[in-house]
Amino acid sequence: MSAHPTAGPVAPEDARIADKPALRRFHQASWDEKLIFELGSPGERGVLVPAVDPEIAEALGGCDSGGTVEIPAALRRRTPPALPEIGQQQVLRHYLRLSQETLGADLNVDVGQGTCTMKYSPKVNDRFVSDERIAGLHPLQDESTVQGVLEILYRLEGLLKEVSGMDRVSLQPGAGSAAIYANVAMIRGYFADRGEAGTRDEIITTIFSHPSNAACAKTAGFKVITLHPDADGYPDIEALKAAVGPRTAALLITNPEDTGIYNPRIAEFVDIVHAAGGLAAYDQANANGILGITRAREAGFDLCHFNLHKTFSTPHACGGPAAGACGVTDALAPYLPRPTAEFDAESGRYWLDGDRPHSVGKIRPHHGVVPNLVRAYAWIMSMGAEGLREVAETAVLNNNYLLHKVRQIRGVSVPYAEGRPRVEQVRYSWEQLNEDTGIHSEQIGVRAADFGTHYWTSHHPYVVPEPMTLEPTESYSRTDLDEYAAILAEVAREAYEDPETVRTAPHRSTIHRVRPEALDDPAVWSPSWRTYRRKVLGV
Amino acid sequence: MTPPEKSPDRPYATDPAPVHPYASGSTPVHPYIPNSVPAVRQAMLEAVGASSVEDFYADIPEEIRLRRSLDLPAPLRSEAQLVRHMEKLLARNTPASRTLSFLGGGCYPHHVPAVVDEVMGRAEFLTAYAGEPYEDHGRFQTMWEYQSLMAELLDVDVVNVPVYDGFQAAGTALRMAGRVTGLRRLLISGDVDPDKLSKIRDYVRPDHEVVLVPADPATGCADVAALRAALAQGDVAALYAEAPSRLGLVDPTLPDLAQLAHDAGALYVVGCNPMTLGVLAPPSSYGADLTCGDIQPLGIRMSYGGGNAGFIGANDDERLVSEYPTRLFGLVPTDVEGEYGFGDVAYDRTSFALREEGKEWVGTAAALHGIGAGVYLSLMGPQGMRDIGETILAHTAYAKQRLAAIPGIEVPHADAVHFADFPVRYTGGRGTAEIHADLLERGIFGGIELAPDQALFCVTEVHTKADIDELAAALEEIVK
Repeated sequence: MSAHPTAGPVAPEDARIADKPALRRFHQASWDEKLIFELGSPGERGVLVPAVDPEIAEALGGCDSGGTVEIPAALRRRTPPALPEIGQQQVLRHYLRLSQETLGADLNVDVGQGTCTMKYSPKVNDRFVSDERIAGLHPLQDESTVQGVLEILYRLEGLLKEVSGMDRVSLQPGAGSAAIYANVAMIRGYFADRGEAGTRDEIITTIFSHPSNAACAKTAGFKVITLHPDADGYPDIEALKAAVGPRTAALLITNPEDTGIYNPRIAEFVDIVHAAGGLAAYDQANANGILGITRAREAGFDLCHFNLHKTFSTPHACGGPAAGACGVTDALAPYLPRPTAEFDAESGRYWLDGDRPHSVGKIRPHHGVVPNLVRAYAWIMSMGAEGLREVAETAVLNNNYLLHKVRQIRGVSVPYAEGRPRVEQVRYSWEQLNEDTGIHSEQIGVRAADFGTHYWTSHHPYVVPEPMTLEPTESYSRTDLDEYAAILAEVAREAYEDPETVRTAPHRSTIHRVRPEALDDPAVWSPSWRTYRRKVLGV
Repeated sequence: MTPPEKSPDRPYATDPAPVHPYASGSTPVHPYIPNSVPAVRQAMLEAVGASSVEDFYADIPEEIRLRRSLDLPAPLRSEAQLVRHMEKLLARNTPASRTLSFLGGGCYPHHVPAVVDEVMGRAEFLTAYAGEPYEDHGRFQTMWEYQSLMAELLDVDVVNVPVYDGFQAAGTALRMAGRVTGLRRLLISGDVDPDKLSKIRDYVRPDHEVVLVPADPATGCADVAALRAALAQGDVAALYAEAPSRLGLVDPTLPDLAQLAHDAGALYVVGCNPMTLGVLAPPSSYGADLTCGDIQPLGIRMSYGGGNAGFIGANDDERLVSEYPTRLFGLVPTDVEGEYGFGDVAYDRTSFALREEGKEWVGTAAALHGIGAGVYLSLMGPQGMRDIGETILAHTAYAKQRLAAIPGIEVPHADAVHFADFPVRYTGGRGTAEIHADLLERGIFGGIELAPDQALFCVTEVHTKADIDELAAALEEIVK
């Protein structure tokens, strides 16, 4: 008997499925998921842990407080932590639902992140780091038992030395900003040893550099001087000349900056700072488009850093762990964080050198975010020199291709350096669209999420009005870029023809519009379940 | 045939460079770079009206162009080749997790429940970035729940999105205390890990003077009289102590220090191992204003030291909350009843908003480890945390008992309570390095060397009675 009683002959045209629409009919997963504290019930268990062995208990003789070891009364926990009690499958389901409500780079055309060069993070590299021979290593094991990972660290330093042209590289910083901080700490140590700690107390940076350049310099005790762009968008060289002097410790600068414009006078900037007795540190967060094209060494820098999670393909993990690398010239090498991985040719052994008396010390425990160092190593080894060059060239091709497509969208402009090419990203402006329609960049981002894409909206300070930064990297196909441009074009069209749709977005998200007012009010802000219960629910 | 030349920089340089069967010219198509297909590349160049990619590099002056290939090893283009290469390297590692290992000291061997690995490995979490609430609702909720679960464990109101590691958490907590009090000196009580101390010193240097007040050698506990004297000199922003100490000791004087600090107008900052908190009192309960530490023990793999992530806990005091440099996610309504929305609490504290005028700095740190720790705490619940704490305390006490009974080994302050870590002193004439080399010969990773005659051992729930007995038997043979 047929499962489909109505089944019968069908005309071919009725069997045909229509072509997909130009824009996908995405809808973000929406589980209407409860909070973890609303799940489970008293007594449920998610995992059991080894109980105290009866023979051990017997050997210890027990104690009065219920446990086997008597804890000093003042340090015994009297009320159990109010953690939820939930069965294992229910915990798993909760977190998998939340993962589904998260749009990772593996799922979408992520070029809207901008300034951060996310790229495909190869799955095979994840395998190496989940392997027990990386995941199960203790950082203080005997060196003879970790020759493989030490060799990876040593060799990765060698690869990054060549990519940057610098003499030594530390892999210890936990991320790009930590690497910026490490560079500033090294600069401070360098001048302290020269008796100039008290006099060289200013660091110069630019408004289009990552906020961490200014913030790390300030944290390390420096006064911060910020250069603003000239009419063409380049950091103002006259302002630099006016700023440098005997108080200048260093210049921290990105090139290309977050505008994607390459400053052709970068070597002159470095020379000006050197002439004043300062050091120059290259923030290479935007290095992806210039790998193998130009290096920190050629432009005369004393220090540089890379974000390994951006340029060398490690996953971003919702905001870390990432990994950073600092490159320095021989003059700064004594100040590198300790230890460094070394190779002894005579014995053929790799070893850790912690005896570095001028070192800034530890920037992070142990040896850095080793899983990401392993991933970055594997990625570079899969690329080689030719591959890195291909990465750079394709990243700039993708960027200029996307620029070409986005330029055609009504309401967009490309501020600064008119007619000049862009390197790996572009900071666009929706100023015109905003003037015409009242729609803001942030609203465009929210509406773009309805089409299954990510579009970042934080570009403080908003030097470029209504900013949008797109950075396509080498990972995206032409079809991906066409799709992203088509989404932007559609949202812009809506802004002009049907602004209410944009204004009331999101329409296909997990949730509706957030009411953020309570986030800035100490009387009701709720950074935890207990504060929410107390301050908002009154329980 | 001449043997291939090998050097440390190029031990595998002899691996043959593969040739892709469909490669055209010198630019073979790369699987990670779809637009490396020559025809696509050409079409895209034509679309933008460029003759070659060189057009896009027109602003880079010739003097700083690198007009040669980078000198890197030949690429391992196929996945199979890459795996073979990496296998050779990984084969030279012997994981502590598969060995009888007694290494702890800030990076701990705990069992990681399979569900934690499953969630942390999900591509959505692994590859998400700085998404907004509408495409990354799950990420926001997960991080907010992490904050909330940690808040319950620590018995505080506020816990930040993770910082890089416990060292950073200690440095930042102390700077927060400095900003709140406006005072200069920082008292560090007890024998803090030298690496952590190095980080703290470097980090607070512009604004603070670090004053070390070592533990009382007679008891291993805080030197209360010395601390009182140091506090009496005034200008103290914070008194910092650890629970347990670097040597695993649970110091009964910790609650007394809160009163001392507060009487002197200083904040009390306690670094703690969160794994202890099913059985040990949370520092906030005995007066800590700020609690900081590392969540690696809560379900994060050791990864040669890559598993760290830091937390800072405080009560919901606006003065303290305003001094956090990191992101703090908050729960808010949406336009639809019954929905949870999330966003940044007091975003204008951060350097994202204010550059050098923000608090310290914020950037990518260690969010995924927070997600992992949240899953861990959800699985463990209050009973799991209590059970694991009891087991670790018992294992530590038993290991101390067994080792202290060995002629040639002393366990300093053996009558105190230790959690996971405990120190030993070798009195039989042989040094730490020799003894540990002999242990290694027997396939045992001994403790961390503290001094030529002292070591720090660690046991957790993953060890069995048989493991501890095996260590004791081995030491019995080799300490003298």
